[in-house]
Amino acid sequence: MGMTITEKILAKAAGRESVKAGELVDADIDVVMCHDVTTPPAISMLVEKRIDKVFDREKIIVTPDHFQPAKDIKSAELHKRLDEWAKRHEIKYYYKLGRAGVCHALLPEQGHIRPGEVIVGGDSHTCTYGAFAAFSTGIGSTDLAAAIATGKLWFKIPASIKLVLNGSLGPGVYSKDVILAIIARIGTDGALYQAMEFVGPALGEMSAEARMTMTNMTIEAGAKNGIIGFDDVTKQYLDEHLTDKKDYTVYKSDSDAEYAAVEQFDCSAIEPMVALPHLPSGGVPISECAGKEMDQAYIGSCTNGRIEDLRIAAKILEGKEVAIRTLIVPATPTIWKQAKDESLFDIFYAAGCVIAAPTCGACLGGFMGVLAAGEKCISTTNRNFVGRMGHPKSEVYLASPATATASAIEGKLTDPRKYV
Amino acid sequence: MAKAHVYNRDHINTDEIIPARYLNTDDEAELARHCLEDLDKDFISKVSEGDVIVAGEDFGCGSSREHAVWAIRGAKVQTVIAKSFARIFYRNAINCGFYLIESAEALEKIKDGDEVEINYKAGVIRNKTTGIDINFKALPDFALEIIEDGGLLEHIVKGM
Repeated sequence: MGMTITEKILAKAAGRESVKAGELVDADIDVVMCHDVTTPPAISMLVEKRIDKVFDREKIIVTPDHFQPAKDIKSAELHKRLDEWAKRHEIKYYYKLGRAGVCHALLPEQGHIRPGEVIVGGDSHTCTYGAFAAFSTGIGSTDLAAAIATGKLWFKIPASIKLVLNGSLGPGVYSKDVILAIIARIGTDGALYQAMEFVGPALGEMSAEARMTMTNMTIEAGAKNGIIGFDDVTKQYLDEHLTDKKDYTVYKSDSDAEYAAVEQFDCSAIEPMVALPHLPSGGVPISECAGKEMDQAYIGSCTNGRIEDLRIAAKILEGKEVAIRTLIVPATPTIWKQAKDESLFDIFYAAGCVIAAPTCGACLGGFMGVLAAGEKCISTTNRNFVGRMGHPKSEVYLASPATATASAIEGKLTDPRKYV
Repeated sequence: MAKAHVYNRDHINTDEIIPARYLNTDDEAELARHCLEDLDKDFISKVSEGDVIVAGEDFGCGSSREHAVWAIRGAKVQTVIAKSFARIFYRNAINCGFYLIESAEALEKIKDGDEVEINYKAGVIRNKTTGIDINFKALPDFALEIIEDGGLLEHIVKGM
């Protein structure tokens, strides 16, 4: 019996010839991602247990992002703890304010993600990096502490489900719409404990950035990891972004690998989607919800805060004005500069949007665009749980940057196809 | 006396267990004051030491924030009994040495306010209000080892 790409990567990391779904292994970790919310508690645990060490100062990537720049005194204290620790251990890749960005946009952009590697991070959307044929999963603070100190973690080998993306995306339809359609079909626990492996011809039309939007949201279906095989698109992105360490190993799923399920999707039939409150599985085609009035639009986050997303928004906004509060949050300083250099900021300014510094910010109800009771926000983020972006009685509607921008112009949920 | 707090809902997520607006601290006592706040703002005034939470499928879905486990543990809840748990929450609980119980029947056989007694070794929840026993499957051995050592880091230190 053959193995899936996920099984092969974990087998290699565990020093094994082969593994099967359900087995427990101890795997070596190649990259550990650390941010400002879950890492400070992990540091405190390590100090308390008297194992305050790092397994490899070059394999731990640190960036504050959730509450940066510090939104209040308590978050400033978290940043201070993170900063003191990163300096004490001479962490090589420590991105301070000015270089720091939303972690899942920053790490691939700065060349820290390589195919065939095992990446963990103290954040549930760490599954994003699977877009580059790597195994990548989110962990909590105790696991993070263990990974930082030992470079190893225990894993149960996940079974894989194969998502076959057939057809071709229509105009105004993006990878965000595909992943919302997938989660609407399989549910928020449709891939619980499993790997979601994306294959099929529609992937060939998607950039590496667009693919990250899909792997990013695999956690919203309960998955352990999302993964996409290596191809020319992957190679081109890596050629442009890898700097210090450029070698990597490419693994591919065997033709006789075992899958727990195979789901077929006709991407040609997918409309722009909106996930209604209060679950990411609440996706419906825009034709079923258009016209609902909104109070705010939010374009940013690890799901859709990359340069490609900002270009889509700017193209639609050019020469127009927004009808509601609209926040543009470039995910990293590099994206911020690109958007400025490409004069996208001029379009956003003229349209009446505000441009924020890179941060996770209001995506998780932190700051920079938090909602009041009863307010509704069309957002390019990944979660629309109760209270996610502010007051427990506010509502979040998830969509692509194009749908969010079209909705910002009209002040209500709007089909972006009339603007593209 | 362990009282059951029953939430007949699936997908109770980490934002409901501990809203992100409180993640600027990792102080367990402070997190506990906001435990389940966006699901039931009265929970924290109703809960007593040793009580249990009973819920539906996919409990703890969403964020990787271990703060969700700490908030519940900080509220002195002894365990959560759910039809199923989201992956990262489940793993975090084991790593913290916090026991979780997976039970398909508990939600039907335990009503809000019922008194329960749990025998973890035997795998039995006794509903003392109704006299009904509910069996559950114990956690796998490797998870029990971690919990018995007091959590993953204690487990690692012991092996060093």
